[in-house]
Amino acid sequence: MAVEARGVGLAGRAGRIGTSAARIDGLPKALGSFAYGSDLWEEGMLYGATVRSPHPSARIRSIDVAPALALPGVRRVLTAADLPARRRYGLEYEDQPVLAEGIVRYAGEPVAVLAADDPEQARAAVAAVRVEYEPLPAVTDMEAALRPDAPAVTEVGNVMRHVRIVHGDPDARADVWVEGYYEVGMQDQAPLGPEAGLAIPAPDGGVDLHVSTQWLHSDRRQIAPCVGLPEEKVRLHCAGVGGAFGAREDVSMHIHACLLALSLGRPVKMVYGREESFFGHVHRHPARIWARTGARRDGTLVSARVRLLLESGAYTSSSSVVLANACTFAAGPYEVPNALIEGTSVYTNNPPTGAMRGFGSVQVCFAHEAQMDKLAAALGMDPLELRLRNAVHTGSVLPTGQTIRGSAPGREVLERCAALPMPPDIPPTDRDRLTLPGGAGNVGRGEHIRRGVGLAFGYKNVAYSYGFDDSCEAAVRLERGIDGPVATIHTAAIEVGQGLHTVLAQIARTELGVDEVVVEQPDTEIGSGGSTSASRQTVMAGGAVATACATVRERLLARVVEALGPDAARGPLRLEDGRVFDGDVPLGGIDHFLDTPVEAREVFHHRPTTPLDERGQGENPHVMFIFGAMRAVVEVDEELGLARVVQLAGVQDVGKALNPRGVEGQIEGGAAQGLGLALLEEIQLRDGRIANASFTDYLLPTILDMPPVVSAVVEDPEPGVPYGAKGVGEGSTIVATAAIAAALRDATGRELNRVPVTPDELAGLAPARTSGGPAPIPDVPGPRAVLDYR
Amino acid sequence: MEVFRPSSLYEALEVRAAHPQAIPIAGGTDLMVELNFGRRRPEAILDVSRLPELQVIGREDGRVTLGAGVTYARIIRELADHPALAQAARTVGSPQIRNRGTVGGNLGTASPAGDSLPVLAVYDAEVVAASTAGTRRIPWREFLVGPKRNALAPDELIVAVEWRQPDGPGSFSKVGTRNAMVIAIAGVSLQLDTAARRIRIALGSVGPTILRAPEAEAFGAGILDESGAWADPRAEVPADALGRFGELAAAAARPIDDIRGTAAYRRHACAVLARRALTWALDDRRLAAG
Ligand SMILES: Cc1cc2nc3c(=O)[nH]c(=O)nc-3n(C[C@H](O)[C@H](O)[C@H](O)COP(=O)(O)OP(=O)(O)OC[C@H]3O[C@@H](n4cnc5c(N)ncnc54)[C@H](O)[C@@H]3O)c2cc1C
Repeated sequence: MAVEARGVGLAGRAGRIGTSAARIDGLPKALGSFAYGSDLWEEGMLYGATVRSPHPSARIRSIDVAPALALPGVRRVLTAADLPARRRYGLEYEDQPVLAEGIVRYAGEPVAVLAADDPEQARAAVAAVRVEYEPLPAVTDMEAALRPDAPAVTEVGNVMRHVRIVHGDPDARADVWVEGYYEVGMQDQAPLGPEAGLAIPAPDGGVDLHVSTQWLHSDRRQIAPCVGLPEEKVRLHCAGVGGAFGAREDVSMHIHACLLALSLGRPVKMVYGREESFFGHVHRHPARIWARTGARRDGTLVSARVRLLLESGAYTSSSSVVLANACTFAAGPYEVPNALIEGTSVYTNNPPTGAMRGFGSVQVCFAHEAQMDKLAAALGMDPLELRLRNAVHTGSVLPTGQTIRGSAPGREVLERCAALPMPPDIPPTDRDRLTLPGGAGNVGRGEHIRRGVGLAFGYKNVAYSYGFDDSCEAAVRLERGIDGPVATIHTAAIEVGQGLHTVLAQIARTELGVDEVVVEQPDTEIGSGGSTSASRQTVMAGGAVATACATVRERLLARVVEALGPDAARGPLRLEDGRVFDGDVPLGGIDHFLDTPVEAREVFHHRPTTPLDERGQGENPHVMFIFGAMRAVVEVDEELGLARVVQLAGVQDVGKALNPRGVEGQIEGGAAQGLGLALLEEIQLRDGRIANASFTDYLLPTILDMPPVVSAVVEDPEPGVPYGAKGVGEGSTIVATAAIAAALRDATGRELNRVPVTPDELAGLAPARTSGGPAPIPDVPGPRAVLDYR
Repeated sequence: MEVFRPSSLYEALEVRAAHPQAIPIAGGTDLMVELNFGRRRPEAILDVSRLPELQVIGREDGRVTLGAGVTYARIIRELADHPALAQAARTVGSPQIRNRGTVGGNLGTASPAGDSLPVLAVYDAEVVAASTAGTRRIPWREFLVGPKRNALAPDELIVAVEWRQPDGPGSFSKVGTRNAMVIAIAGVSLQLDTAARRIRIALGSVGPTILRAPEAEAFGAGILDESGAWADPRAEVPADALGRFGELAAAAARPIDDIRGTAAYRRHACAVLARRALTWALDDRRLAAG
C-alpha cells in the first residue's frame, strides 16, 4: 500500500558522476510500486473536490451550499466566507484568491471546496452547490486587454508588467532589415501525474501535507498564512511526482486540502482528474512578437527591435519573471550591439499562465530563429554561417549589458549539431507507410511528400536571476551499514522524474567513496531546496550535496588522523571503494571509522545576480547560460498539410554530463515537448473557456509522431560550480519548436508564423497570421522589476 | 449499479427484454469514457463481451458475417482479404483500444467519427439485430438515423453485420492532426465493385452521420466506363477526371468547424483522399492484372 512508501528513501548502489548510473527510482517506477501523489492513502481519509466557475468573468451573487451538505457523505463545504486567515496567495504576488470572493476572473477558478466520504459523493456534491453568477464582460484577447476602453481584469488594471531593454543605439543604421510577426499558442505541461496531495491534521494543531510539487518551501510560505498557522506547524512532505514541467510551481489543491483537513480534524485527499488538471495549473504563456532585425551586408548583426506580449491570464503566477526572461533572451544568443526590446505581460480573463519548461525563452526562440532564417535569405547567406558569425561567446556583451563571464560554447554547439548524421533518405514510396505523414491513417502511398530541414539555436539562464538569493540546503550522514558504509542524503530538492536523486547519489558516491547511498524523501524538516525548475537542481542541490559531502569527508579524515596519529599520514588522505587511502596505501575500510555517524549540513548559493534597471540593464542579471542547437528534418504531405518529423538532431551545452544517459533522456524529452508545441499541443480557448480539456483533443505526440533523436553534448565546464556541470532540463525544448517550424517552412515554402502549425496552414488553406502592427507601449510607471520571492 | 453477465445470446436477450434500462457493454472503450466523465450513470449494465454468438467471423456463399463482438485486433489478423476494413481497424486508437474495441460498439455508438462505419457503408452491409421476438436485418441506409443515433430498438442487441464479399480493391483513409491515436477529422472509404461496375464511396467525420457521395460514385463509374478501365485494368484514367471525382466526393461532405478541424480543411481532405483512393484502387487492379 502506498502509505507505507511515504517518507521512505530510495537507495542505489553503483555509479559515480560521469557514468550512466541506474536510476534509483527506475525499478520501482517500472514495477509500479513507486507511490505517486495520487496513490496516497490514510485511514479515515475524506475526499476533497472543487467547485469551479464556468464563467471567465462574473460576479458571484450568491452561493447556496445547503443542497450539497444535504447529500449523503458530504462533510463540509467551504467558500470564501469560511476562510480563517489570509485570503490570497501567489508565487510572486499574493493576488490569487484561495476561493473566489465576489468576482471570478477565469473559467475554472475555484469558488468552493468540499469533502465527502468517497470521491463519487464529492463529485455529486460539487454539482449540487448552487452558485448564482452575474456574467460580466470578459477580456479574452491580450491586445484587446491593452485598449484604453477594455474592462479591468484586476484591481491594478490589465498590465502585469512592462520591461524595456535599451542597449546601444536602437536607431543604428543597418544595410538590411528583416521584419516578422509571430504567435505562440497556449501549451500545457500535461504531466502524466495529476495534481494530488493528502493533508493530515496533526495533534499539535498543525498539518502535514504530502503533495506532488516542485518546491516545498515556496508552497509552505503560501499555505501557512492562508490556513492561519505559523510555518513550523505546516509540514510538507514530497509525494511521488509524476512529471512537473512548471505545472507544479504554483499551489493547486494544497491550501484547499489543508483547510478542509484542519476544519474537519480528518485527513483529506485531493486528486484532480485529467480534465480538472487543465484548470488546476498554469500554462505556457501565449505570445505575440513583432521583430525587426538589422544587419550589415556581411551578415554582422547591427540591431534587434522586439515588441512582445505575453498573456498572463487572470492572475500573476510567475508572469513577471517569465516576461523578464523573454525580454532578456529576445535577441537570441547573438552579439547585437544595439537593441530595443519592449515586453508586456497582460492580464486577461483567460486561464492563468506561468512556468513551463523554457520559461519565456521558447516563445522568443521561435521568433528570433525565424528572423535569422529570413535574414540569411535576404543576405543570400547560409543560415548556419550567419549564426556562427554572430553567436555569443565568453566575453560577449548581451542586450542587458551583462558580459558573459562563464562558459558559452555556442559556436561549438552549433558546429557539432550541423555535423550530426542526417537520416537516411529512403524514397517515400518504398517505406513502411506508418512512417509517412499521416502515420497510421493510411492517407498516402508516398505521393506529394516534401522534405525540409531546419536549424535553431537558443540559450537560457540556469537557476534564478535578477538578484534573487537562490540556495539549496543538504544534510549528508555517513554511517556503518549492514555491508559497508552508507551515505544518506536529505534535501528538500524535488525529484520530478528527471533523475535528480540519482545524480545526488552519484555525487555522494564520488565524494565519499562509498557504494550505497540512500536519498530520503524531501520535506520541510530541512531548509529550502529551492525550486526544481530553471534547470537549476543539478547545480544547486548537486552543489549543496557536494559541499556537505566535502564537510563529511573532512570530518571523517580528521577522525582518521586522530586514530592513526598525525604522523601516520604520508600522502593526501582520500576515500575510495569504501576504504580510506593514504596516498596509494589502503588504511582500512571507511566503516572502521564509523563507530558513530559523521554528519554535515550545508547551504549552497550560486554567484549573486542583479536586478534589471529602468533601461533593462544590469551587471549580472543571470548567473550562467546553457546553449542548445537542434536540426530538424521533416516531411510534409503538401496536399493534406500533414507532417511527420523524420529526425531531430540536438546538441546541448551541459558543462559536464554527470549522468550521460540522463542527459540524453532530457534532450529527448525536451525535444518531444518542443515537437508538441510545433505541431500539436494547444489549449484551445473559446470565449475564455478551455474547449479541449482532455487528452482526446489536447494532442500530445505519440511514438509515431516522435522521431529518433540523435544527440551529443558539449562539455565546457562552468567555473565556480561543482564539476563544472550546468543544468540540462530545458535546452532542447527551447530549440525544438523553432527548428521544426524552420524545417516545415523549408518543406512548404510557407511563412508559418504561428505555432502549433495547423494542417490548414501547411496545405495553404489558411494564410499566415497578420497583425495591425506592434502593440502600443502601455502607459505604466516604468519597468519595475517587482521580485518578491523571499 | 447492477451488472448482468449472460453467457449466451438467448440469455442476454431475455435480460434485455426484462431490463431495457440495462446498457450493453462490449469492449467498454466508449461506454467507460462516458461513465468516467459522469455523462452517463446507467442503473444496470449488460455485459455482451462473453457471448460466443457475437464472436463469429463467417463466410458462406460469398457472404461475410462479422460478429458484433469481434475486436479490431482480430479484424486486422483475420480479415486481411478486406483491406478497407482491416485498414480502418488499424487506424483505431492504440493497441489497447484495438484489443478491446469492437465493431458492435462502433455501431452502438454510431458516431460520425466511427472508423469502421464508412467501410460498412461502402460494403452496403446489413446490421443483424435480435430480440426475444426474433432477428431482423437492418439495411445500411436505415441503420444510422442521426449523429450518435441508430435504428436499434430498446429491446434489441446487435448480433452481427453482414455483407456480400466485395469484388475489387478498396481502402480506408483517415486524416487527423496526429499520426496515430486520433479522432478522425475526415475519413474516406472507397470500394470498387467490379462485377457490378460500380464504385461506392463513403465519408466519415464530415457530417452528422456517415455520408455516401452518389454523384461521385456515378461519375467515377462513368469515367472507368469511358476509359475502358472496367474491362481492361491497364487502361489509363485521365488525371483530371480523378481530380473531378475527388471534388464531387468532397461536395457531398457537410462539414463544420470545430476544435479538431475546420470545415474548409475537411472538405479539402475529402477531395484529396477520394482522388487518392480511386487512384490506388486502379493501381491495385493494374498490379493484380500484371
Ligand atoms: C483512447 C481511445 C481511442 C479511440 N480511438 C478510436 C478511433 O480511432 N476510431 C474509432 O472509431 N473509435 C475510437 N474510439 C472509440 C471506441 O474505441 C470505438 O467506438 C469502439 O468501436 C467501441 O467498441 P466497444 O466494444 O469498446 O464499445 P462499448 O464502449 O462497449 O459500447 C459502445 C456503445 O455500443 C453499445 N453496444 C456495444 N455492443 C452492443 C451490442 N452488441 N448491441 C447493442 N449495443 C451495443 C453500448 O451500449 C454503447 O452504447 C476510441 C476510444 C478510446 C477510449
